[in-house]
Amino acid sequence: MNLTVNGDTLTLDGNTITDLVAQLGLTGRRLAVEVNREIIPKSQHGDVALNEGDVVEIVHAIGGG
Amino acid sequence: MSDLLTIADKTYQSRLIIGTGKYKDFNETRDAIETSGAEMVTVAIRRTNIGQNADEENLLDYIPPEKYTILPNTAGCYTAEEAVRCCKLARELLDGHDLVKLEVLGDQKTLYPNIPHTLKAAQALVDDGFKVMVYTNDDPIVAKELEAMGCVAVMPLGSLIGSGLGILNPHYIQLIKEDANVPIIVDAGVGTASDAAFAMELGCDGVLLNSAIAHAGNPVLMASAMRKAIEAGRESFLAGRMPRKAYASASSPLEGISR
Repeated sequence: MNLTVNGDTLTLDGNTITDLVAQLGLTGRRLAVEVNREIIPKSQHGDVALNEGDVVEIVHAIGGG
Repeated sequence: MSDLLTIADKTYQSRLIIGTGKYKDFNETRDAIETSGAEMVTVAIRRTNIGQNADEENLLDYIPPEKYTILPNTAGCYTAEEAVRCCKLARELLDGHDLVKLEVLGDQKTLYPNIPHTLKAAQALVDDGFKVMVYTNDDPIVAKELEAMGCVAVMPLGSLIGSGLGILNPHYIQLIKEDANVPIIVDAGVGTASDAAFAMELGCDGVLLNSAIAHAGNPVLMASAMRKAIEAGRESFLAGRMPRKAYASASSPLEGISR
C-alpha cells in the first residue's frame, strides 16, 4: 500500500506500524509514531493496521536548546 | 550546605540546564554535559530521516534518560496547537515522561515568545497532565499568569535565543523572582560565564543555556566555566552582597600610620 511517511510517499510491503518501522530499518529505535495525526502508542505498533493513503509521522529526539 | 533545586517534585544538585543543539558531534555534546554537571538536558523532537543512514547514531544513546532528566522542547513551534502536538509526541517517545519545555515562538528574526499562544498551550498542557517549564518574556504579569495556571517552572529570557547578549533586563527578572512560588530559570541570552553568574546573583533558581557552551571556542572548557559560574553566582546570592556606596570606605585601619 502507498503511504505518506514524513512527507514522502512510500510503498509498504506489510500491514502494521511494526512492519513499516522494520522496512525503514528503524526497529529498536526510540521513536514516536503518529498516523493521520493520532499518536499510536508503542504497545500497539504491532496491532494497528495501516491503510492506503495514511499519513504517518515518525519522530525522534535530536539536539536542541 | 544542602541547596537543592526542586522542579516538579524532583531535586537537582545542579542549577544548570543544558541544551544539546549546535555541537560538533555527539561526543562533544556528551563531554560538555558531563563537565557542566547538568542533570537536566533539553532535546528537540524532529522527523526521523527516512531511507538514509539507518545506522545513524541516536542522541539518547549519548545522554541516556536513565542518567539525565530529558526535557523535550517545542522549539520551532509557532502556534499553541503545534506545541501541544509536539509535547504529546515527546511524551510517547519518552515512555510517558511528562516534563516538557514549552516555547511558542513569535517570529524567526527574534524567536521572541508569542505570549497569547504560550498561555493557550500552557493551559492545554497542564490540563492534559504535563509538567510544564515555560519559556516566556520578562513580563512579571505574564510570569504570574503562567504560575497560576500550574506551570512547574517559569523561564524568562535574558535576551534573544542564541544572541549571547546576556541579561538585558535584570530589574524585571528580579521582579519576576520576587513574586514567584515556582522556580524561575533564565532561559536564553546567556553568552558567557559572567552572564550566568549574574543571573544567579539576581536570585534566579537556575539557568538554561545552549549556544554559550556549544558555540564557545572550546565548548568543554566553557561547560566547566559555566558550572563554576552557576555555583559562584548562587553562593554569592545566598551570601548577600555588600551595600553599594557612593564613596570610598577604607579596608585598612586609619589609625596607627607611621608618619
